[in-house]
Amino acid sequence: MEVKVTVNGVARRDDVEPRLLLVHYLREVVGLRATNVGCDTSSCGACTVHLDGEAVKSCTVLAVQADGCEVTTLEGLAGDDGSRLHPVQAAFRAEHGLQCGFCTPGMVMAATALLRSNPHPSEREVREGLEGNFCRCTGYHNIVRAVLAAAAAGAEVPE
Amino acid sequence: MSLIGARVVRNEDPLFLTRGATYTEDVVDERLSGALHVTFVRSPVAHARITGIDTGEAQQAPGVVAVVTGADLAALPGIPPIGPQAAMAQPLLATDVVRFVGEPVAVVVTEERYQGEDAAALVFVDFDPLPVVIDPRAAARDEVLLFPEVGTNTAMEHDWKNQPSADLFDGCDVVVSREIINQRLAPAPLEVRSTAATVTDDGRLTAWVSNQGAQVTQRELSGALDLPREQVHIITPDVGGGFGAKMGADPEHVVVAWLARHLGRPVRWVETRWENLVAMTHGRGQVQTITIGGRRDGRVLAYRLEVLQDCGAYPRFGTFLPALTRMMAPGVYDIPRLESRGRSVVTNATPVGAYRGAGRPEAAAAIERAMDLFAAEIGMDPTEVRRVNLMPAFDRERVTLAGAHYDTGDYPGALDRVLAAAGYQDLRREQAQRRERGDVVQLGIGISVYVEITGPAMEAGGPRENATVEVNPDGTATVLTGTSPHGQGHATAWAMLVSEELGIPVDRITVLHGDTDLVPAGGGTAGSRSLQQGGAAVQQAARELVEVARRRAAELLEAEPDDVVVDTARRGVAVRGAPHAWLSFADLAGREPLAVHTVFQAPGPTFPFGAHVAVVDVDTESGRVVLRRLVAVDDAGTVLNPLLAEGQRHGGLAQGAAQALFEEVVYDPDGNPQTSTLATYPFLSATELPAFELVDMATPTPHNPLGAKGIGESGTIGSTPAIQNAVVDALSHLGVRHIDLPATPQRVWEALGSGSGMRSGSASGGAV
Repeated sequence: MEVKVTVNGVARRDDVEPRLLLVHYLREVVGLRATNVGCDTSSCGACTVHLDGEAVKSCTVLAVQADGCEVTTLEGLAGDDGSRLHPVQAAFRAEHGLQCGFCTPGMVMAATALLRSNPHPSEREVREGLEGNFCRCTGYHNIVRAVLAAAAAGAEVPE
Repeated sequence: MSLIGARVVRNEDPLFLTRGATYTEDVVDERLSGALHVTFVRSPVAHARITGIDTGEAQQAPGVVAVVTGADLAALPGIPPIGPQAAMAQPLLATDVVRFVGEPVAVVVTEERYQGEDAAALVFVDFDPLPVVIDPRAAARDEVLLFPEVGTNTAMEHDWKNQPSADLFDGCDVVVSREIINQRLAPAPLEVRSTAATVTDDGRLTAWVSNQGAQVTQRELSGALDLPREQVHIITPDVGGGFGAKMGADPEHVVVAWLARHLGRPVRWVETRWENLVAMTHGRGQVQTITIGGRRDGRVLAYRLEVLQDCGAYPRFGTFLPALTRMMAPGVYDIPRLESRGRSVVTNATPVGAYRGAGRPEAAAAIERAMDLFAAEIGMDPTEVRRVNLMPAFDRERVTLAGAHYDTGDYPGALDRVLAAAGYQDLRREQAQRRERGDVVQLGIGISVYVEITGPAMEAGGPRENATVEVNPDGTATVLTGTSPHGQGHATAWAMLVSEELGIPVDRITVLHGDTDLVPAGGGTAGSRSLQQGGAAVQQAARELVEVARRRAAELLEAEPDDVVVDTARRGVAVRGAPHAWLSFADLAGREPLAVHTVFQAPGPTFPFGAHVAVVDVDTESGRVVLRRLVAVDDAGTVLNPLLAEGQRHGGLAQGAAQALFEEVVYDPDGNPQTSTLATYPFLSATELPAFELVDMATPTPHNPLGAKGIGESGTIGSTPAIQNAVVDALSHLGVRHIDLPATPQRVWEALGSGSGMRSGSASGGAV
């Protein structure tokens, strides 16, 4: 089946199997490998991307369901060359909000979506907003601090 | 200004945050072009005889290149078991008998990944069921045998034949004994296991493996394939967490590597999360019997620990865990009489290996529970009982009755600090008020004081590690290390150590690891060894490089070597008293390669310690526990980078909390895993934790010039017993004395329902 998807601002047209998951489309067809797969049950959130501006778990979306949509992945957040960190990315670095980095792409995408809907969340709201994103390394402590720091810095979230 | 102790943000992060790390599954390499995909066919039953494997239909499925069964691998040595029972070795692919759900039985190789799942479903295996044993206590009775030809389920004895002495508790006013469970856990790194392999033009096997130590993986993989070690080249891409379970080689790694050689084509494998939760080694899995005795004034006179270790179906590293648990049995206490013994038995469950802490959390949980049981029995505050029995502060080696050589410690100091930070007396007042009011939600305060062992010998010859530091003519530096970071931040930390000695900025220093061609020797990253051995080696290499530079510069500048000194401001060496007579390290490197390879040898392992206070709310109607506060003193000696050290503590605290309250691998009586997805395994999320309260303390070790001990596992070791003790403490006025791990609402509720709570220990379902 043919899908027309705009990925990180670039319009694409691809022929895909109907059962191909969006995350595998992004990783293997488009070649954007920041987005990870951490489970089989939509539990861990490592595959979180933005679909028309909303955070979705791309392991639970078929590529064909993204037809006509705009997809943003971690690679699309920092601009074309990735040389300037998005405020949420910068906060993750400053607060040591990542260790092994596997949850990070999904976590950053979930955090940016969270801040778009709630620019000044409380600590509890951050924890609840990220409940669907698992991290095994940080104990979430510095992730929560990073999101709060980004919010305090007034992280505007350009899409 | 010194970089030691500076909060330097990570070199790793800009790439990780914009393009993502490159994990094994992400590797794009021309040597892997056209790679086939490997899919394992796994046993759906816990114990059965294989009566037939029909691969005919799978062979005909679209995209299938090969279907392989154990018969094809009969000539390979495979992975030797830990312990004396050679006959208990796990086959690479099961041929006659399967012994746990998830055990690999066959493998399907396909052109595309999705085809593999289709074809694997067409491999038909006939099973003739055998009786199943899941509980290690039942396994220890040898009624159901996993290996009838061996005649026992015991895979290893740890002084098990030493009968408990009758007089150990002579002179005690009070003796308390009970069985406690240290449950089975899933390490569950977020990146599952993954391997890519090919035979390169030089005829060698090259394998990209998500692992914690390329050199260890090289040794085990080459051994299992019966290849000379130098014929196997291991490359470690970025690794998405390991927690002890990615050390060495698993049967799947061996099979994938063998397929690359057998088929003469590159192959790739990445497991599913289901496979990860049933076939990657699990952790913990002990049934402990603790007996503690002493006087009513609080003095403990004797302690006995008996460990029954669940090895799972095949003896892997878990078999050895009781040795570490026994070594740390007395913990921080000066107990005059000590006995311990252990036994490791096989069960029809996933094999057990190392998981963050590996044997030491089990020891801390046992002695810290024992202390609270003893305190409750004599009616003394648990902090007071601890004070009476803590070893006093010491700054020279102390040998314990368990045979451990503790390096330095100040356990009373750690306890004082954590109690002050927690506001212990205020918490007790709040607890008293709630009890008086008869609140539905009661307050629990739990304490643990712990010591653990880090940096034990990983390679023959003792605890050591190697490093190479090279300055390049462009003024950058390159570090080669035998450690293997997978989140710990060595690329930053090792650069800090070099920068400290040479003055080259941290972001101009590249740290390389995990390629056996570049770094042929190394112990990897496990047992919290990296900074104290790998970092110490890097520091030593940088210092030796300065010496080389001084000698060379002395010749070039026609000065006495003793007059040439390091000048970090100018990133070089200068003649003392002659500011214009100097040479940069880069200049020197331009004339002749400027590199030092060195090996740091530590005199022994180190013993970090600390004290934790947990504060919990326990709903006495629903049994729900909410972790309100976790206050932690974790003393790992000198801290190189607090940002990284705190990150290690946070992660450890969270995993310890997960063991205390949520996580447990559960099997039904037939051996079916009940927690084989992240929807059913209660993986900890952000909502279940408070912000952690860290308290600093640094007692250096003399075992390395940095003064650093390990920090990777401390949080895990101290937090579990603190939280478990807090849950019991919340209900102690209702007669509850113990609740097994994890303290789920059901277990708490059952403990309350049982009146005294004394029988709650038997509430554990399925495996431990």
